Amino acid sequence: MSEEPTLVVSKIRSGTVIDHIPAGKALDIISVLGIAGKEGLRIAILMNVESKKLGKKDIIKIEGRRLSPEDVSAIALIAPTATINIIEDFAVVEKYKVMVPNIVMDVLVCPNPTCISNKKGEAIRTRFRLTSRDPLKLQCEYCGTIISGDEVVRLVIRKR
Amino acid sequence: MKETTFYHHDVLSMLDFRREDLELLFNYTEEMHKYTNTKLSLLLGKVVSLAFFEPSTRTRLSFEVAAKRLGADVISITGEESLSISKGESLADTIRMLDTYSDLIVIRHRYEGAARYAAEIAEHPVINAGDGKQHHPTQAMIDLYTIKKLFGTIDGLSYGVLGDLRYGRASTSFIYGLTLFKPKKLYLISPESLRVREEVLQVLKERGIVFEEKRSLGEVIGELDVLYVIRIQKERIPDPMEYEKVRGSYKVTLDLLKYAKKELKILHPLPKVDEIDERIDNTPYAAYFIQAKYGVSVRMALLALVLGAEP
Repeated sequence: MSEEPTLVVSKIRSGTVIDHIPAGKALDIISVLGIAGKEGLRIAILMNVESKKLGKKDIIKIEGRRLSPEDVSAIALIAPTATINIIEDFAVVEKYKVMVPNIVMDVLVCPNPTCISNKKGEAIRTRFRLTSRDPLKLQCEYCGTIISGDEVVRLVIRKR
Repeated sequence: MKETTFYHHDVLSMLDFRREDLELLFNYTEEMHKYTNTKLSLLLGKVVSLAFFEPSTRTRLSFEVAAKRLGADVISITGEESLSISKGESLADTIRMLDTYSDLIVIRHRYEGAARYAAEIAEHPVINAGDGKQHHPTQAMIDLYTIKKLFGTIDGLSYGVLGDLRYGRASTSFIYGLTLFKPKKLYLISPESLRVREEVLQVLKERGIVFEEKRSLGEVIGELDVLYVIRIQKERIPDPMEYEKVRGSYKVTLDLLKYAKKELKILHPLPKVDEIDERIDNTPYAAYFIQAKYGVSVRMALLALVLGAEP
């Protein structure tokens, strides 16, 4: 975790640590995960801590919460460098880098107001196809609209 | 014949088809020409639903005539007001109902992606008769068939597509349709604010089509074999001020045609408003009435292929 000796955050017993988040993006991730702070979860948000890889980075530790595939897709869109650590009994039992899947379901809202996925009263899940990883580009499977760059981050559905 | 790409498949976008598929459709259309004035029994016992949530004259009527000529029964929904939709029923529920009553659903809707969504819900095949600004594949099939009839080929010709390319679904599907063939050159001619959308440019680049965006018809008129014109899609331009800025910004005139090849053919999916001088209607350049005439036979061929009936 942080190489800064004065910043001490205790380990969590079980839950998820999201590491290598680009500096400044932690609050966006908290927002898309729908964490309001009232759930009673123990959460540590570290921002702008030193990182060998990134210079500065953010870290989020959440006690007692596992991430869904949609959560991981959303994190990948906001923080492509992030790694997920699954913790059980204070030990890392699984660690992986996030990756934007080829089909992103239910994570993004389409910016086109006349896309069928924005029609009120329809039980429709938004669906975007990844057309380019770098630069990041996705295309709405319903209306064909292409989204890219910072726009993608703005279109991730905030659960909070 | 049931092994064709069409059999029991949805018809949502020109990008779902290959050149061979369209050639097969054109062959079927030739057959259907013979029967446009008779009643066949190829689709006897089948029910075709026409679900037009947006106004339509030509497309709806030609689908209806095509289905009836093939012996099918037709049920239809016209206009959102007249239905339970005005009571707040979802599109999904309406589609589920039509799916239980019929063997095929033809849908037109103002939302982009509505036909794809309907196809995901319905068990039976869905034909897209226009979804917002996105696709109008059956119009493109008619357009390409018309060109094939007029020139004997679709390959090797120079095309100009003029008008509201941003909001025009007929022009979008026509452009997508051309990518299945080998056009010599494609000019996309429109005011700056009505240029084709990014996803359309993307397809043209991926498929290696030689194309250029132009501001005025005068720059390229002399090169064209086919000029495809569409009206400004007033109903889809979100801002009335934006519409006012582009209103009347392009028009095909007799003066401009002085510089055209004498073989030039002008196509238009109709209805046209004021983008073509009406005096052109009676010249050999005008191919839009021939194009409209092919609507029934192309749609007969398509319905027969999708429902698996041999002509």
